[in-house]
Amino acid sequence: MNVDLMKETGNTSSETFHVDPSQKIKFNISDMHLYYGDFHALKGINMEIPDNKVTALIGPSGCGKSTLLKSLNRMNDLVPGCKITGKVLLEDQDIYSPNTDVNLLRKRVGMVFQKPNPFPMSIYDNIAYGPRTHGIRSRAKLDEIVEKSLRDAALFDEVKDDLKKSAMAISGGQQQRLCIARCLAIEPDVILMDEPTSALDPISTSRIEDLVLELKKKYTIIIVTHNMQQATRISDITAFFLLGDMIEMSATAELFGNPHDKRTENYITGRFG
Amino acid sequence: MRQPVNSNSITKGSAPPHVKSVLFKILTYLCTFLTVLSLASIVAYIFANGIPNFFFRDENNALRFKSSLFAIKYTTDNVSMFHAIINTLYMTFLSLLISVPLGVFGGIYLAEYAPANSKLVKVVRITSETLAGLPSIIYGLFGMLFFVNALGWSFSLLAGAFTLAIMVLPVILRQTEESLLSVPRSYREGSLALGAGKLRTTMRIVLPVAMPGILAGVLLSIGRIVGETAALIYTSGIVAKTCLSPMESGRTLAVHLYQLQQEGLHLGEAFAVAVVLLIVVIIMNSISSKVAQKFSAKD
Repeated sequence: MNVDLMKETGNTSSETFHVDPSQKIKFNISDMHLYYGDFHALKGINMEIPDNKVTALIGPSGCGKSTLLKSLNRMNDLVPGCKITGKVLLEDQDIYSPNTDVNLLRKRVGMVFQKPNPFPMSIYDNIAYGPRTHGIRSRAKLDEIVEKSLRDAALFDEVKDDLKKSAMAISGGQQQRLCIARCLAIEPDVILMDEPTSALDPISTSRIEDLVLELKKKYTIIIVTHNMQQATRISDITAFFLLGDMIEMSATAELFGNPHDKRTENYITGRFG
Repeated sequence: MRQPVNSNSITKGSAPPHVKSVLFKILTYLCTFLTVLSLASIVAYIFANGIPNFFFRDENNALRFKSSLFAIKYTTDNVSMFHAIINTLYMTFLSLLISVPLGVFGGIYLAEYAPANSKLVKVVRITSETLAGLPSIIYGLFGMLFFVNALGWSFSLLAGAFTLAIMVLPVILRQTEESLLSVPRSYREGSLALGAGKLRTTMRIVLPVAMPGILAGVLLSIGRIVGETAALIYTSGIVAKTCLSPMESGRTLAVHLYQLQQEGLHLGEAFAVAVVLLIVVIIMNSISSKVAQKFSAKD
């Protein structure tokens, strides 16, 4: 990789991207630093993530985009030695405040992982797991949630006859849609997606992309992707990360069509990455 | 020797195969054969000497099953093994009752709750590995000094069960820990990301996936309990009767076999006991390997 292409040169514009004032803001991140032990993984991130939009996080491997994603539902808590400073507000609540109930946070901020990770149980039980966790016991209510979640994840027609079948027995693309359905079943506000199509074939990928476009009507979606075409296809706003800094964030068309920072341009035109 | 490097041919050369590789292959065959042979000959020997003792010829010289071997009451004449079978089941049940909860919950702590790289975990690992390698007579000695004498339980099934429980505890503990650690991280992440707490994630997602591995450890322990003699002679004693209370002294099948052989009066019956014991152990092991297979076939 040519290191010069990643260096800051003259025309930088690192000022915070401000969401259109009429738009509701979901996450407000200010001066956030994240350390894994001695490693400074995120260096002062300031971001506003709007409601009911798809925000894509792009950048080369190790730039911190997944790390940022995982700090929005505090999955980084699981990493030993991870320390976070600064503020991350979900609407007006500080998610790192000592009063935050992490389980309730994760119920509001769902997550879909890079590799489909269904539980080794039936399709039905996979989806019912979340609602059951949050206290729903009624069989009729669970049936209803399972069907609705599968429909919303565009999987219902394919699996409606074998909801009792093991989730391990369906295809990778179906498993990923099952994971999305599982996430929808807990009725989150936000869905975090960590390269959700990187383990999938092109057909499954395009079904997930269509699904994302459908889901943004109801949910705020933040998606990490390696694939810049994917970002242009599905996102409204794109943020470019490099070496732990957020370099540039703007409307997707703007970022790809008219990048302000030389480094963004170098990355999106494929000069490094 | 090898083909010249610049040749594009991939057909086998006429050169004979490498001598060392042929020798090595023969060696591996030979060792496998000897291993299987020794095992098979033990089994065959026990069956050949044991099975005839389950039968006798009556006055009409007809072959009949010697049901007195399984008579409810032991006498020095019938040398029934009934009491020993019951005591074995009793002993297995008691030992597992003590060791399984301790081992499984301890394993859950080590794998799920203990901080990564904690000193305690390392110490427990080293200790349990050392304990697993101790000869069982040491456990017997400890059991006698502690449970039988110091606690005043005298020779009893309970003293034996506690001694065996300590003996199999490292097996269950480590097996539980290993099984839990082999559960993919992604399952835990999936559950936590849905807002499930640590307890629910462990109990509903991780433990069920690890269960076959844990069961394999329990079955392995049953095999050791059933086959144990040295640790029991000093703790549960050698009385030939069916125990009703755990505070009574009684012998298990393996101890019964040992005693018959010691006394030297009923060697035939001793072989019959060996057959029963062998069958029990074979059943245990085949179940545990089936379970382990099912475990490894997953994922």
